Amino acid sequence: MTSVFTASRAAVGSLGAVALAAGVLVGADEVLAQVSDIAPPRPQMTWDPNDPRIGLGAGWLDAESAISGLEHLAAIPRPEGFYNPETPGDGRFSNTDVAFQDGLLYQGNYNGFQIWNVEQPSSPELRLSVVCPGGQGDVSVYRHLVFMSAQETRGRLDCGIEGVADSISAERLRGVRIFDLSDFDDPRQVAAVQSCRGSHTHTVVTDPNDDENVYVYIQGTGGVRPAEELTGCSGAEPEEDPNTSLFRIEVVRVPLAAPERAEIVSMPRIFADESGDMAGLWQGGDHGPGTQESRRTNQCHDITAFPEIGLAAGACSGNGILLDISDVTNPTRIDEVIDPNFAYWHSATFNNDGTKVVFTDEWGGGSAPRCRATDPPSWGANAIFTIEDGEMELAGYYKLPVPQTETENCVAHNGSIIPVPGRDLMVQAWYQGGLSIMDFTDPENPFEVAFFDRGPLSDSTRHTGGYWSTYWYNGRVYGAEISRGIDVFRLEPSEHLSEAEIAAAELVEVETFNAQLQPRVTWPDAVPVAQAYLDQMVRYKRILNARASELQAVLDRAAAGSATPADLEAAAVQVERDLAAIRTGALGGDPERMEKLAGVLRGLAR
Amino acid sequence: MKRILRHLPAVAMTVLTAAACASAPAEGPDGPGQAADPQAGQPDEARTVDPGAPDGSAGPRIVQPGAPGEATRTYEGGPLDEIEGASHTEADVRFMQGMIHHHAQALEMTALVPERTTREGFRRMVLRIEISQTDEIGIMQTWLADRGEAVPHAGAHGGMPHVMMPGMLSPEQMRLLFDARGAEFERLFLELMIQHHEGAIVMVRDLFDTPGAAQESTVNFFANEVDADQTIEIQRMRQMLEQRR
Repeated sequence: MTSVFTASRAAVGSLGAVALAAGVLVGADEVLAQVSDIAPPRPQMTWDPNDPRIGLGAGWLDAESAISGLEHLAAIPRPEGFYNPETPGDGRFSNTDVAFQDGLLYQGNYNGFQIWNVEQPSSPELRLSVVCPGGQGDVSVYRHLVFMSAQETRGRLDCGIEGVADSISAERLRGVRIFDLSDFDDPRQVAAVQSCRGSHTHTVVTDPNDDENVYVYIQGTGGVRPAEELTGCSGAEPEEDPNTSLFRIEVVRVPLAAPERAEIVSMPRIFADESGDMAGLWQGGDHGPGTQESRRTNQCHDITAFPEIGLAAGACSGNGILLDISDVTNPTRIDEVIDPNFAYWHSATFNNDGTKVVFTDEWGGGSAPRCRATDPPSWGANAIFTIEDGEMELAGYYKLPVPQTETENCVAHNGSIIPVPGRDLMVQAWYQGGLSIMDFTDPENPFEVAFFDRGPLSDSTRHTGGYWSTYWYNGRVYGAEISRGIDVFRLEPSEHLSEAEIAAAELVEVETFNAQLQPRVTWPDAVPVAQAYLDQMVRYKRILNARASELQAVLDRAAAGSATPADLEAAAVQVERDLAAIRTGALGGDPERMEKLAGVLRGLAR
Repeated sequence: MKRILRHLPAVAMTVLTAAACASAPAEGPDGPGQAADPQAGQPDEARTVDPGAPDGSAGPRIVQPGAPGEATRTYEGGPLDEIEGASHTEADVRFMQGMIHHHAQALEMTALVPERTTREGFRRMVLRIEISQTDEIGIMQTWLADRGEAVPHAGAHGGMPHVMMPGMLSPEQMRLLFDARGAEFERLFLELMIQHHEGAIVMVRDLFDTPGAAQESTVNFFANEVDADQTIEIQRMRQMLEQRR
């Protein structure tokens, strides 16, 4: 039995593959003997050999860990009965994505979802567990409604656990479930919107002009259902059937007062080109002799909507796309990018200004180790694009900057923005690679500012585990592991992040957070916000020392409550004078931060 | 100096933890969740906490909704490991076993590359195929072994032809590839690997069309990812072929 694992631990790269392909399955020693005759594959990345994430001891609940820039407040374990104590690798119990509302954390899994009260991270409370199998359990919450994606053929309309054996069945559900949680003591499934490819993920989208409805975009990546099971479904290519279920997303309208009437209202062909060819993003051409017709980019894995700027970003198979969602039910594509390094466009996150978008590449699907020293750093990573006038341009890549082991599945996965004013920071899950906080303020030169990582679940077995998502919610970082529990962190000051920057981020409070429904953050005119801008300019050496000292003195007085409006006005005026000089080039400095700082000072003065 | 200080606590923590981690997690009445603090090191203050209901009631409430519009009932099924409807079938086993052979042939093809062409862009694309398929063979072998099923050898048996699955190269096609060099090899490789990948996609389609198959989450997940990864690679290879015209 050990030979199975040894084979998968053999060196990768062309030479390792030769050893694997040429020989029968052999014991460890023989594989290593063959491999050692040939040069080992070269490392593709460089890293700090002193990084404390290297060599962490393995274990399910007792793995070693390394931390930087964060305080680990709690490790909330899985409740008994919700995991298989024999192994962390039992996929039936895999936890997936999370969403937040009113201090509650909603966590999906392959068999339903759970609701946690995590307001006191040191004493969490599991409020409710809902059984409703169908995978993969992508959840969103909006007001009294919880949405859950189901794509697998075993999903049942009645939330049964017995699966659906028939290939055509009226009992099957593949699509988006809608639960009404107005009463936690009586949660109900009020609607189940069927879709032709099921729902791998979904995106809640609000329409600023419509407060009676909420909308849901369905991203289906599974096989198309037969028309006998769901009328109108067709898996044919566009040339054969202009009504094919491929090459589109579905838009659901959900009346808030009557969610049971939720229905698909449009199925926009967001891949179409100007000529109307629905497969317009296809880049290929003539096939050549002996090759067959093949499928093309015809689905999105996930879409992140940013209604306040009227845009959404779609990670769609072989492309990253930008959508105009000013008309929510008819999103239209305004730009698309390809990247020869990307295997599988997975998800997207905008920066708060909407001037950048980070796409992630889930090379290997999430169950494979892709953070080894031999894996190129532009594969399975983040690609950061700038957005200008509706056009995206590649600026740089970011990948977990330290290698992980062969038994740790690892690749870029879900994350969200940490709202530090003046910086673009994203906290992100890397499966068993742990979590990493990336600064992409300079999109061409992203770098890591904080991290947390555990050793592998096992030294010898490749389990699928680690963080599915890590998100920021109301001052805390929450990390939800697939087979361990939920971690809660608080940022700690470091050379990369000052106390004031952290305090400014912690000032931001939202009631509801769904990662794919990105909120526009604004900061109050408060001292930590002003201090954050000043700290940044000092750190990056973009302010005169004398000016910095003067401003610091004013902010110190403001923090102590002894700064008068006149003090603050005078400081604002001084900053604005500098700003004018910076804009003409007479003075070196940081125009964006100075402008923001002046605004906060004036706000404080009022 | 700050950098060293920042790393030092973490290093000290791992040293302390290494000493502590010899002790097995305690099996208290609340199960392994009450184990010794997983981060025994000094600077990490996280505490493993007990998620029990604060009012001392029997435990978390578990409910099972009905179909849309119907009532919700308390989940009577006991521990969730009884969700059996999603177990694997014979078709899933044959899929995994067949795909191992299928992937193995792809690796035979990629093994030909180093000696037949030197172009960097082409070799990088081939490296990706190699890494993906080598790993996937490992995943499939583990899946089969975990379920007590026969695990195929991932390689040719001394030159004997494979069982032919969709898209696989015939001995004649392999011979053509073996004999080619340079640009001609690259073109032939791309065409044949596209054919090979399309075959894998057909195998996935066939699996989903089989009643009862691909219901188990891991199979469903894996099959979808093979489909997605290979579709992307086909696109990439088609682009490369297009550029050669």
